[in-house]
Amino acid sequence: MGFLKRLFRIRSRAAVQQLPSGSIAVDREGNVVTSTVSSTYSKDLLRAIGRDVLVLFREAREAQMPLAEVNIHFVSLCITARELRGGAVIFLFPQTALSPLPT
Amino acid sequence: MEIRHKILVLDDDADWLKLSSELLTHLPSKPEIRTVTSGARALALMETEPFRLLICDLKMPRIDGLQVLAIVRRRFPELRTVVLSALEDEEFRSRAYALGVDLFWLKTEMQRNLQMYLDCLESLLGRETDGGFRGIQSKSLMDIIQMECLSRSSTVLRLTRGALVAKLWIQDGELIDAEAEGTRGETAFRRILAWKSGTFENLPAEPNREHTITKSVNALLLESAQAMDETANPVEPESVEQAAHRKTIWKLALLTRENAEFVIAAPAEGRGEVEALGTQSVQPLAHWTRRAAEVARRLGEHIEAGPLTHLGAHNLERQLLVLPREDKSYLVGWPPNVEAGPLLEKSKKLIASWDS
Repeated sequence: MGFLKRLFRIRSRAAVQQLPSGSIAVDREGNVVTSTVSSTYSKDLLRAIGRDVLVLFREAREAQMPLAEVNIHFVSLCITARELRGGAVIFLFPQTALSPLPT
Repeated sequence: MEIRHKILVLDDDADWLKLSSELLTHLPSKPEIRTVTSGARALALMETEPFRLLICDLKMPRIDGLQVLAIVRRRFPELRTVVLSALEDEEFRSRAYALGVDLFWLKTEMQRNLQMYLDCLESLLGRETDGGFRGIQSKSLMDIIQMECLSRSSTVLRLTRGALVAKLWIQDGELIDAEAEGTRGETAFRRILAWKSGTFENLPAEPNREHTITKSVNALLLESAQAMDETANPVEPESVEQAAHRKTIWKLALLTRENAEFVIAAPAEGRGEVEALGTQSVQPLAHWTRRAAEVARRLGEHIEAGPLTHLGAHNLERQLLVLPREDKSYLVGWPPNVEAGPLLEKSKKLIASWDS
């Protein structure tokens, strides 16, 4: 029997990570202040998004080109971030076949 | 069908440009008016569109009017040029005429004698029909000389190319003398033959002119053609430079046509030089472009959002688009008033042409 168990053992499935949908506000340190993204979504990943968006704004300022808004278009997610006194409001839109074409 | 000539007006003062182009609409021949605010854009536009007349200001930032005119004389010898300046200095007037401009007019005078100014412009636009060799665009200088010699004519051919003037003396179908750029005889003749375009004028024959050329015209033409062939084939450093210059002008024209402000092509650090047109702050923007593409790519992998397609940004002054490619990332700057919708497609098209 042990032989059969080995054959039919349920293998751990690859976890399919859901894409975040909603909005977050991050302060100038990159801490997530408010969020409408599902609580099941990883807090660490949300922080990573906030941190990277702030890097883009900060480095643009250093290049003498302060930005008001940044849109990052991935194949399956669109991130729109608006600068807010050193922090940012970030909108996350998963892209589907029915999503409007990016601009 | 009546030809509508094109006039290009170059002035750094946008208000003046508006006024000037409005006045030009009163010209009887109803020419098409184009306006530009910088010399670089004017040159780029002239590369892509044929203009009949250039009206140019003198005092401008970066490339001043005299520099523009010097380039225009060399690159577009057929183009009629008018200087319209506020500088009431005789030195500028004489310098402009030395560069071969057709007309120098003061802005103050233009306002006082508007009709006269318009009449002069109209005359310049229509002078094409007055005769001479300006209209023979498909014939080279060699053809014209051969025609004169075969018809056994006696004449003096006066050739003008921008500020350069040369003369060829033909007597009874034989070339007897040539004068160009401070040289005489066969040397001068060879120099003249190197001219690709210009204007020609027949002057009365001078039978008593001293003979400095003894070879037959056919032998000289053959020798010159061989020499030109030999120099045209090897790639010399100068021709490489010219090709690079031509490419730059072509890219500027592309930017102007698409109405983009600037393009930066930033290869990965240490993998080639940044290529940029239309902006002064090349290195900071190139650095940001690289970093933006890198940060966004890494984020995409981290949150499993798929490959990065592009990155857009804007502020009050401009709209930006970062297009990441395998070997380099591009940053395209657009004015804030350009419609955002087709911006991605326009940027992709621009980059595709840029790289082609």
